[in-house]
Amino acid sequence: MNTLRADLAIIKNWITPGSRLLDLGCGDGTLLRLLRDERQVTGYGLEIEPDNIIQCVKGGINVMQFDLDAGLPDFETQSFDYVIMTQTLQAMSDPDHLLAEMLRVGREGIVTLPNFGYWRNRLQIGLHGTMPKSRALPAEWYNTSNIHLCTLDDFEQLCAQRNITILERCVVDYTHRVRAGIRFLPNLFGEIALYRCQRGPAS
Amino acid sequence: MQASKRNGSIGIVTPQQHDFDTPLPLTCGQILPHYRLVYETYGQLNAERSNALLICHALSGDHHAAGYHSEQDRKPGWWESAIGPGKPFDTNRFFIVCSNNLGSCKGSTGPNSINPATGKHYGPDFPIVTVRDWVISQKALMEHLGIEQWAAVIGGSLGGMQALQWAIDQPERLRHCLAIAAAPKLSAQNIGFNEVARQAILSDPDFHGGHFYERNTIPRRGLMLARMLGHITYLSDDAMRAKFGRELREGRISYSFDVEFQVESYLRYQGESFVDRFDANTYLLMTKALDYFDPAADFGNDLSEALRQTRCEFLLAAFTSDWRFSPARSREMVKALIEAKRKVSYCEIEANQGHDAFLMPITYYFEVLRAYMERIAEEAGV
Repeated sequence: MNTLRADLAIIKNWITPGSRLLDLGCGDGTLLRLLRDERQVTGYGLEIEPDNIIQCVKGGINVMQFDLDAGLPDFETQSFDYVIMTQTLQAMSDPDHLLAEMLRVGREGIVTLPNFGYWRNRLQIGLHGTMPKSRALPAEWYNTSNIHLCTLDDFEQLCAQRNITILERCVVDYTHRVRAGIRFLPNLFGEIALYRCQRGPAS
Repeated sequence: MQASKRNGSIGIVTPQQHDFDTPLPLTCGQILPHYRLVYETYGQLNAERSNALLICHALSGDHHAAGYHSEQDRKPGWWESAIGPGKPFDTNRFFIVCSNNLGSCKGSTGPNSINPATGKHYGPDFPIVTVRDWVISQKALMEHLGIEQWAAVIGGSLGGMQALQWAIDQPERLRHCLAIAAAPKLSAQNIGFNEVARQAILSDPDFHGGHFYERNTIPRRGLMLARMLGHITYLSDDAMRAKFGRELREGRISYSFDVEFQVESYLRYQGESFVDRFDANTYLLMTKALDYFDPAADFGNDLSEALRQTRCEFLLAAFTSDWRFSPARSREMVKALIEAKRKVSYCEIEANQGHDAFLMPITYYFEVLRAYMERIAEEAGV
């Protein structure tokens, strides 16, 4: 557990053993390996970076080199139990479309996001007048891959507009702990949010 | 330098052959009563017999996939870049088999072999063979070699289709299938190119209905045209532009039909040198085998149903500039494999060499092959 990111451990606890899932932007396959070994899931990772693809292949992860900006045309509707996207949505050119695609293909979607409404971010832009840099958002404005950042409230409003039900939410700090302030004002004190959601009303 | 001392090469290899006397019923309805397969092997079969790889060759390929045939031999086997000690298909760990397909002209029974029934060349009477027939004949070779299950069946282009056919027809006989720059069936455009190539051969007056051996001639012009056309489809527009541009051989335009542009000279050279090493009847047969390849046809044209027959894991790879078997064609197979709930990885390799890229030692491509083969080696205990 020592090297395991805590957000991955939270996701693991949401996953029903033996399910079939898709990990969008799976990186080097860390989450899929964890879920394969500890939740006996089957599934595929989608990734675009050659170095990550090589790492996945080495680790025995089924990985496909697809560009997520093209949506998920190769996947049938409701063909997976979960479609997961950790720290990827904000880097997409069309995040709302991809969110819809996720919930078309998966019965449930799991999304993790950096919260742009975190108080330090607000302070940097409000007082310093510079684009925020933080532990969760380390890049410069000109080289960041995070081109569609949002706050928790923004994301939840989008879900409401698109008839997406949030089944579970977990808001944490950078070390993935839930602190008292976060519980009280998540959009101000939370650094990272994890959502489990589905299309349409909760069943 | 002597061939046996060349770095990273398996060195000198000797082709082997085996004559099979069990009649082979072919897809076309005919039966081959006897046939010969020529093959090469590299590396050692381990005691558990768990480390055998089968390499399937492409349209104009043969059993000579790696190494040299003599110390003076200047040209190595066709996949020397990938097969050898320390290479992605590592001969220090794997026992690698490559056989020449039936219907070829490189030693396995084909149109230029003598038909024992007549004492003459088979010529145009050699039956049409399919990819499925090749799998059946290779299974006979597998049994002859004492191999129960391939660790992997591997191929590019037509060879990749053959690897796919193996996975569907003999699901228990392989653990992994590597299909590179392949397609689940040919498109109308692909068949169209093949048809023009065939017509070039068939309409050559020296073809004599395929009986040109008895007349001591060969349909040079037709076979050369077929190969020139093929070559254009193996390269990308970018690769041709980079290689030749509009460069002139003599530096000026002569307003004639002689060879003027470098690309014309290249294509003529490729065509002419092909004529000396390939058989026109074989070229007709191989293009037909490609055209007929369509494993989904046996399963109500449902590719995922065809792939549900498989038990192995898959690695598919395609190249961005390949327009003969484009990445979209590989993705059709990926999609069907996902629907069939099979284990599959797929990579799309940035390359400007067109279809020919599958033979090139492109860094990312070879790293993926290495990573995948590493896993196979671990499973095989080598």
